[in-house]
Amino acid sequence: MDSLYQEIILDHYRNPVGRGLREPFEAQVHHVNPTCGDEITLRVHLEGQGESARVADISYDNQGCSISQASASVMYELLLGRTVAEAMATHEAFIALMQSATDHGATEPDEDVLEDAIAFSGVAQYPARIKCALLSWMAWKDAVSQALTTGGTR
Amino acid sequence: MNTLLDPALRADFPILARTVRGGRPLVYLDTAATSQKPVAVLEAEREFYEQHNAAVHRGAHFLAEQATDAFESARAVIAGFVGGRAHELVFTRNATESLNLVSHAFSSATAKKAHGAPMPDGAERFVLVPGDEIVVTEMEHHANLVPWQELCDKTGAVLRWIGLTDEGRLDLEDLDSVITERTRVVSFVHQSNILGTINDVAPIVARAREVGALVVLDACQSVPHMPVDVRALDVDLVAFSGHKMLGPTGVGCLWGRTEVLEAMPPFNAGGSMIAMVTMERSTFADPPQRFEAGSPNVAQAVGLAAAVQYLERIGMPAIAGHEHVLTEYALAALAEVPGVRIIGPTTAIGRGGAVSFAVDGLHPHDVGQVLDDEGVAVRVGHHCAWPTCRRYGVPATTRASFGIYNQPFEIDALVVGIRRAQQFFGVA
Repeated sequence: MDSLYQEIILDHYRNPVGRGLREPFEAQVHHVNPTCGDEITLRVHLEGQGESARVADISYDNQGCSISQASASVMYELLLGRTVAEAMATHEAFIALMQSATDHGATEPDEDVLEDAIAFSGVAQYPARIKCALLSWMAWKDAVSQALTTGGTR
Repeated sequence: MNTLLDPALRADFPILARTVRGGRPLVYLDTAATSQKPVAVLEAEREFYEQHNAAVHRGAHFLAEQATDAFESARAVIAGFVGGRAHELVFTRNATESLNLVSHAFSSATAKKAHGAPMPDGAERFVLVPGDEIVVTEMEHHANLVPWQELCDKTGAVLRWIGLTDEGRLDLEDLDSVITERTRVVSFVHQSNILGTINDVAPIVARAREVGALVVLDACQSVPHMPVDVRALDVDLVAFSGHKMLGPTGVGCLWGRTEVLEAMPPFNAGGSMIAMVTMERSTFADPPQRFEAGSPNVAQAVGLAAAVQYLERIGMPAIAGHEHVLTEYALAALAEVPGVRIIGPTTAIGRGGAVSFAVDGLHPHDVGQVLDDEGVAVRVGHHCAWPTCRRYGVPATTRASFGIYNQPFEIDALVVGIRRAQQFFGVA
């Protein structure tokens, strides 16, 4: 169980970073985990255009377990200030990390880009908790793609 | 006088002897989700496949006769267990399908009526018009809520519901204004899967009768745990599930009054449910075959009958007494843990052994994870009763639920696990 609840996760759970809904933003999404009822409302604010736009803010309000709360907080730290292209690469690495225990080594998570998020490697061992860890990341991707397609960047 | 059952019966359930998560003994407190199976059930299914397997209701060979006899005997045993007769019991895949079968009877009759298609005698009572009302309660499992929402969307009927008190019981104060002359069907849960509440059926049936509404009972959590007599309850249709009452997965039941089943149009269409077929149209078999299209779940029905016989050997009053003692024990033990709040009735009166609780400062997922690490299997989440969670202001709960094989030492393990979770996350 200590591999699941690593200290970094517990720290982010107790003291989440970037929490709260803020202006300005180009897209807002609401995602739920239908198996447990966990929810997140997430906004993104991009500066610039397309893939080279910079992630200027990710603001969110969520309720859920320690894993889902910590995941949102770690994601905020990791993606803030990155270009959309860089952030998408990190996003992909995180998805790969979550799948690493169940796809029999087909994917190799890129630890260099994951930084603190590597603490979630233990979550991949518990299939029931993977959705908890992915909730905020899926919401972020959805919000970014909406922000890019509506062209509301400035 | 309520007493615990002999713990020796645990030996009938092989899975209880296994270990989990690095060698910890299994403490299975998730019977409301699905029960474990005694050897007698496993052997009945095996014996059917080894000795009697054949397609039922067709073929003139020896095995076909034996398989049909096994299937129909199972029907009689299970029907008798709830106070019904064999021809009143429909086999389904599960209780969700049983309830969908009933809601489908309404949408089907409504659609057929609109096109002037032939219907069974008495099917008018299943024809809805916009503004007709369907009544459920705020403590329904999604299986007894979503099908009715769907039916409303298809017919223009309006969904209404009986609310809940802060104590976790049905609020029957304004029953007469919820169930009205417009009410066509009242469908409600006998024992809540999330709150544990056992609902008093009589006042709801009485009001439904006054307005001529059909009464459907979701008995998934009552039939496995207490004596249930469908005639004494005076309801029209009762859904229950095999796998929650020591039986196999893949088999559920719908009991219905003969005249009610006879008035219902078919559910799935195809083989085995017809009387006569031409290229233009078909006529349909009498119940229960009318509702059992396709190859039925014969081995599962046989297994479920063995489960019923196992329960009857112990006796449902004794089982209810055992679980009452466990529930009292659990409520008292949980009351001793600071920060634990029961969601549902806090006394063992009028409630069964599904005990939901919140732990201050902890999400149920995290509680469940620590318990799992101790080998304690509980359910976390909204228990397919999301509106009920909302009613009590919680996103989800942790639920411990008991069966005939549980003993107080397992509740002690639950309490130890909760305290460990509180310490681990620093909320103790």
